[in-house]
Amino acid sequence: MAAERRPGAERPEREYEKVAAPKKGRSSSAQGKPGRSLALILIAIVALTGGMFASGHTTPRLGIDLAGGTSITLTAVNQPGQPNAINKTNMDTAVDIMNRRVNGLGVSETEVQTQGDRNIIVNIPRGTNSKEAQQQVGTTAKLYFRPVLQREPQGATGHPTPSSSSGKSGSPSPGATGSPSPSASTGSGKQKATGSDTPSASATAQGRAVTDGLKKTSPTPSATGSASPTATSPSPSPSGSTGSSDLQARYASLDCTKPSAQNSAGQGAKPGEPTVACGKDGKIWSKFLLGPVSVDGQDVKKAQAVFDTQGASGWQVQMTFDSKGAKKFADITGQLAQKTSPQNEFAIVLDDQVVSHPFVQTAISGGQAEISGSFNQQDAQSLANMLSYGALPLSFKESSVTTVTAALGGQQLHAGLLAGAIGLALVIIYLVFYYRGLSLIAVASLMVSAILTYVIMSLLGPAIHFALNLPAVCGAIVAIGITADSFIVYFERIRDEIREGRSLRPAVERAWPRARRTVLVSDFVSFLAAAVLFIVTVGKVQGFAFTLGLTTLLDVVVVFLFTKPLMTLLARRKFFANGSKWSGLDPKSLGVNPPLRRTRRPAGPTAGPADPKEA
Amino acid sequence: MSKLGSIGARLHRGEISYDFIGKRKIWYGVSILITITAILGLAVRGLNMSIDFQGGAVFTTPTNMSVSIAQAESYAKDASGHEAVVQKLGNGSLRIQVAGLDTAQSDKVKQNLAKDLKLDPEKLAADLVGPSWGQQIADKAWEGLVIFMVLVVIYLAIAFEWRMAVAALVALIHDITITTGIYALVGFEVSPGTIIGLLTILGYSLYDTVVVFDSLKEQTKDITKQTRFTYSEIANRSINGTLVRSINTTVVALLPVAGLLFIGGGFLGAGDLNDISLSLFVGLAAGAYSSIFIATPLVADLKEREPAMKALTKRVMAKRAQAASEDGRATDGGDAEDAAPAVVGPRNQPSSRGRGRGRQAGKRR
Repeated sequence: MAAERRPGAERPEREYEKVAAPKKGRSSSAQGKPGRSLALILIAIVALTGGMFASGHTTPRLGIDLAGGTSITLTAVNQPGQPNAINKTNMDTAVDIMNRRVNGLGVSETEVQTQGDRNIIVNIPRGTNSKEAQQQVGTTAKLYFRPVLQREPQGATGHPTPSSSSGKSGSPSPGATGSPSPSASTGSGKQKATGSDTPSASATAQGRAVTDGLKKTSPTPSATGSASPTATSPSPSPSGSTGSSDLQARYASLDCTKPSAQNSAGQGAKPGEPTVACGKDGKIWSKFLLGPVSVDGQDVKKAQAVFDTQGASGWQVQMTFDSKGAKKFADITGQLAQKTSPQNEFAIVLDDQVVSHPFVQTAISGGQAEISGSFNQQDAQSLANMLSYGALPLSFKESSVTTVTAALGGQQLHAGLLAGAIGLALVIIYLVFYYRGLSLIAVASLMVSAILTYVIMSLLGPAIHFALNLPAVCGAIVAIGITADSFIVYFERIRDEIREGRSLRPAVERAWPRARRTVLVSDFVSFLAAAVLFIVTVGKVQGFAFTLGLTTLLDVVVVFLFTKPLMTLLARRKFFANGSKWSGLDPKSLGVNPPLRRTRRPAGPTAGPADPKEA
Repeated sequence: MSKLGSIGARLHRGEISYDFIGKRKIWYGVSILITITAILGLAVRGLNMSIDFQGGAVFTTPTNMSVSIAQAESYAKDASGHEAVVQKLGNGSLRIQVAGLDTAQSDKVKQNLAKDLKLDPEKLAADLVGPSWGQQIADKAWEGLVIFMVLVVIYLAIAFEWRMAVAALVALIHDITITTGIYALVGFEVSPGTIIGLLTILGYSLYDTVVVFDSLKEQTKDITKQTRFTYSEIANRSINGTLVRSINTTVVALLPVAGLLFIGGGFLGAGDLNDISLSLFVGLAAGAYSSIFIATPLVADLKEREPAMKALTKRVMAKRAQAASEDGRATDGGDAEDAAPAVVGPRNQPSSRGRGRGRQAGKRR
């Protein structure tokens, strides 16, 4: 820097002008049109703030430690014999299943996400039965195939009509089986079956027909609300013992529209006995009376979603059973194919909930089956995942369980905000004390930074599930220092230039490229630290790293688009340009030392005054 | 204007300066001493690892508890079968720590404890940690640390030069050693929050160092084209020139952290805020010290070993000897003082100056 500065200082000002002049032309964005940058950032702020209010998320989403709730960290453990089971696919599948489980508790706010390569974080907001949730996420998934004995949709808003289960649209439609379903839709749009007679073509709206004889879904002609079992009363289940009267009673009283029932209904069912369960088809819950387990999920060798390019069935799920499973599956489908709806269906039961209930047309032997219907890719994928669960090689152990009461969360939030306010106040006091008038710029920049940080945090809540936790608050507070430092770097450079004898406006412009580089280099290092921490680490460290990285980025934006242009504009004001005593740029108090200059240049003392001509 | 402003001016002009480089041996000595103490402290006393590393539970009660600490301790002991540590926090709530529990047990303990304390279990905040969780965080932190160091060394080697990268790395390790040493010696508790703080020091310590290096790089750009100053002298100028900024930066960084520490320690008594800010505070102070007293002198040391720099030092010395024998014309000396950190003397190197100027002007745009 000195190497650069020196010539300018040493030479008569004329020469400096020569150098400075072309610069003005080129770096016009930074120098010539400060208004444009300021306008840009103001528009950005207004737009973001507008977006924030429009989206309705005017405060950042608070993490568990600030809002209260329970946060569970589960760490995947390899099961013996499967050392490489912990991979992204399996982790994602596990997150999926846990999501289903905890949200089955009736709390949609619960959040399940992976963290690092082997952790899953489950955040359960307060007001939820945290204990139950904790139990839910901890257990291992169980997947069974059970024959459907009885099925009845529920919760169709006030429709006492028979309605089909199955189908997001809730529209019942007979598949090729032509079961006599009244196609009363349950409030959601009807999707007419493209009924065709070919067994493989799927018919139903959501009808997941199992080809090769399997078709999923069909309407249940049972009157809801009637206490009595439907006409198609329980038929002997394939494996003997039929639903006892006790079970019948349970079935009759089961109300799957209640969140509490949805999960508990099938709980504790023994594989060898019939049971009741709830299942969701699209938006509609159905209750099921199910026979004993006929195939265990473990017997599914693999399941995958494929797009049927030949037929018209679109997305479908292909299952492959192992030899044991193939035989059992052949048996059950053989039996089911004889029956009528809904008893020709089998239910795929995951964690005591029915996730799908395709119907069977013919016995399927050979261990290969396809479930087709009007799946979209996501549905197919998710069903395929679920079918794979039975063989999920991961088990989890609880690494940490944090329960924060609302009161404690409030206190921590309060403390964090207070600490931030104190920190900010101290920094501002220091800046005012040391930089006087210049601190106006620094404080304004800090404010812009603060506003941007706040707005972006608020917006990131809904956008990427960002939640502000205590370490994140810490990160933001620490970032006050980093942000303020950028101004300090710049101000000190300007002061150095003034000490060289320049007047304010050239000093502001000459100081900028150098300060800019320093700011970029040091912010880069800081950002690098934040990025590495964010990617590599787990737990609270991540939240901290995230805010630190975010604020570092914002710092660069603010310095470039706000601080510098504002400085340029203010340098034109008399208050600063004339080096008022309170401006923080008073050449005298900065120690510009005319006598020393005089030895080099006869016009020495006019170093300050001499400059304006070029400004 | 403030005194610091005029001190800054005098530092800038080189009227006053502290010979950081010349006295580096002293500071190296000081640092080595501190580091040895820190390592000894670590070896002898070890770190006081928090419950997150042993597995256990931390319960926090609501604020208005009538139960005394001793009572709570015995309750907790009864409920868990383990020794419990109870603290009263600044806001009146109790913090009960029970070590050696696994998460399954902890749950039961929580229920019992809540009953003893006559609380609704839902009102008892609990932090139940499995024994390996803290270790996992720490392992990950180490992994992050190593990755970060490698990346930063590469970056600094590209942006500056390898010597600076090495010096920055040494300074960084120095800071971390000192901070952990202080933790061992004082016996502060090491929690995941502490690790967060420690990791932040990485960024900060380097941030400070990088600013000094940036100025050093600029000032030494054309160093071989002049014979007035050695590398060490210019390095010293850089430190002195950025001293005010370093002080300001450190103060401004420490102020919010002090706020955190005050609130975290005074108001909440314990927890993440306290842990993070404490390690930050210690680390930031060490970082400011190391970038001035260790990193830059180290660069100068490394640099002086270069043949080009050795030759330069020789030339400078020869010139000075000559000047002295010619009864040292004052102008030259005065010029040096006046021109502050300047390196390229226009009178000495007219031609090269012209070239250098063109290039720099280009760069500035």
